[in-house]
Amino acid sequence: MNQKVLEAVNISKYFHDPTTVQVLKDINFSLNKGEFVSITGKSGCGKSTLLYILSTMDTDYSGDLLIDGVSMKQKKEKELAFVRNEKIGFVFQFHYLLNEFSVLKNVALPGLNLGKLSQKEVEDKAYEKLKILGIEKEAYKKPNQLSGGQKQRVAIARALINDPIIIMGDEPTGNLDKKNSQIVFDIFKELSEVFNQTLLIVTHDNDFALNTNRIIEMEDGKIL
Amino acid sequence: MIKLTFSIAYALLLARWKQTLVAAIGVTFSITMFIALLGFMNGLNELLDGLVINRTPHISIYNEILPTENQPTDKYFFNENIYNFISSKKPKNELSQIYNSGAIIQTLKSDNRVLGVSPKLTTQVFYNTGTIDISGIINGIDVIAENKLFTFSDYVIKGNSEDLKTVSNSIILGKGAADVLLVDIGDVIQVTSNKGEISQLKVVGIFQSGIKDIDKVQSYTSISTAQKLLGVSNNYITDIQIKLKNLNLAPQIAAEFRSTFNVDAIDIQTANAQYETGSSVRSLISYAVGITLLIVAGFGIYNILNMMIYEKMDTIAILKATGFSGSQVKFIFISIALTIGIFGGILGLLFGFGTSYLIDQIPFNTAALPTIKTYPVSYNPKYYLIGGIFSIVTTYFAGYFPSRKASKVDPVIIIRGK
Ligand SMILES: Nc1ncnc2c1ncn2[C@@H]1O[C@H](COP(=O)(O)OP(=O)(O)OP(=O)(O)O)[C@@H](O)[C@H]1O
Ligand SMILES: [Mg+2]
Repeated sequence: MNQKVLEAVNISKYFHDPTTVQVLKDINFSLNKGEFVSITGKSGCGKSTLLYILSTMDTDYSGDLLIDGVSMKQKKEKELAFVRNEKIGFVFQFHYLLNEFSVLKNVALPGLNLGKLSQKEVEDKAYEKLKILGIEKEAYKKPNQLSGGQKQRVAIARALINDPIIIMGDEPTGNLDKKNSQIVFDIFKELSEVFNQTLLIVTHDNDFALNTNRIIEMEDGKIL
Repeated sequence: MIKLTFSIAYALLLARWKQTLVAAIGVTFSITMFIALLGFMNGLNELLDGLVINRTPHISIYNEILPTENQPTDKYFFNENIYNFISSKKPKNELSQIYNSGAIIQTLKSDNRVLGVSPKLTTQVFYNTGTIDISGIINGIDVIAENKLFTFSDYVIKGNSEDLKTVSNSIILGKGAADVLLVDIGDVIQVTSNKGEISQLKVVGIFQSGIKDIDKVQSYTSISTAQKLLGVSNNYITDIQIKLKNLNLAPQIAAEFRSTFNVDAIDIQTANAQYETGSSVRSLISYAVGITLLIVAGFGIYNILNMMIYEKMDTIAILKATGFSGSQVKFIFISIALTIGIFGGILGLLFGFGTSYLIDQIPFNTAALPTIKTYPVSYNPKYYLIGGIFSIVTTYFAGYFPSRKASKVDPVIIIRGK
């Protein structure tokens, strides 16, 4: 039986500024464990908005969101932070690495915050993740000493550190050239096939989308 | 977990170490000023208090010369039809002797609120020099008790105070009086009591209190010398000076003595109200200046944290996106503020001590204050404690509002803005 990792139930969202607009209209879908799914659609159709809701960062919506079978609707800010820490890995278009820390520490931070392993264990694990992404050599550099593609791979390693049940990405290859995009895509593919990782990636890149297990197409706040 | 948030705070702080240093210097400067100012002001206060309060008994027992309440006429002519009119009432010629002084002193000495008791006999005299008579006051004292309770020997600038006890018919003259009489240690002066008896007294010391009016008229002898001078018996004294363990209880205890011993008793607070006011105004000014400086430093910290938060919006957003809660983010920035406050504060306390020490070395000589050689400074730990607490409290508040703002940052808005 397929295990539902994430489920959106009748999710709607309105923006009220400057005029009230409904950006998401009754979104219903679910993701099974190990699925590699892409979301596509025209600019402004609500993909990012949906992803922010699914990642629990945006709580201003109607409908319900179930992660690992648990409703997020009633949870407090602190509990949602814990869910993001433990169960969700997020990769943005921009890498958001902290230049004050080494690459390794950047990857380790969410793991240290989770606090299930000792500092040493988390750092070993962070090193393993960097190895999977082929950038373990850069572990002790500062993020601003890396190339754009390398930074994005560090960001993916950071998303992986707590072995989340789902990885979400909002155009993670959006800032990268063709070659680096291909590398990132291959990494996602490998995570999906080798590690049975569930992935939900928003993309504009048709080739990228076509190579995923399933494409969710959006138009005007609705899923087609 | 707390270790992690600290390490993030520490990294952010190091990344902006110049600004944080400036903020810390602000705190250091204000605490330094606070400590130095309060130390100096209170050193001065203690000095001035010392001038008066150290030498003033907490409670003084004496007998006011008053006409007796039961006039003799009333004793012999009384019934409901008689009403006595007495004009030109005069006090009885009984001087201001305290009756039963021996018993009172014994009772006082066994009272455990009392630190010490020193009897005194005060009388008016004339110092005779050539054809001139200068009026003065002789205080017959128990020099040992006087030294213990009122540090009398500190003000004896020439000679030895204890000679009063060992040398018979000896006197310690005020500096002003000695200058007028043109006498020095070893000389003999002639004194006429208010009953006209003439005595020869040997000068064994000169004292200077710092208060000119006192130095011009007052002089000291032993109690027995003063009694001889007056030709009175050896239990005749006019004042009992008392030092208490707790000065603040003086008014209350004075009232109690007044009724139990049936004497007059005045407490230090009533006798010297004006000095108290001066001291408290000076303290108030130094507190006000110190706190103002700290608030200014607090605004510095507030600004720097605000700036840091604007610069680090991305960091805050990603921390939140990866599962740091609002309260953890708040904790990060509060700990930055407190680190600035604690380090700045500790340095401030050290520099404050240093500055106080320097002030303490500056020579300060004045004829009025023979025991003072340098500027007076108080090292009361109370001010260091207050300074330390203030530095932490102000930086906490300076950090509180920016930190709360940081904790409320919505990562979605920041990430969307990229
Ligand atoms: N804070 C906001 N206030 C008002 N309207 C908003 C706000 N944020 C987004 N919108 C609107 O919501 C709609 C959906 O935006 P969203 O960013 O989800 O689009 P998108 O599908 O991710 O587009 P793109 O592919 O360009 O990233 C857009 O029309 C946008 O103008
Ligand atoms: Mg978008």
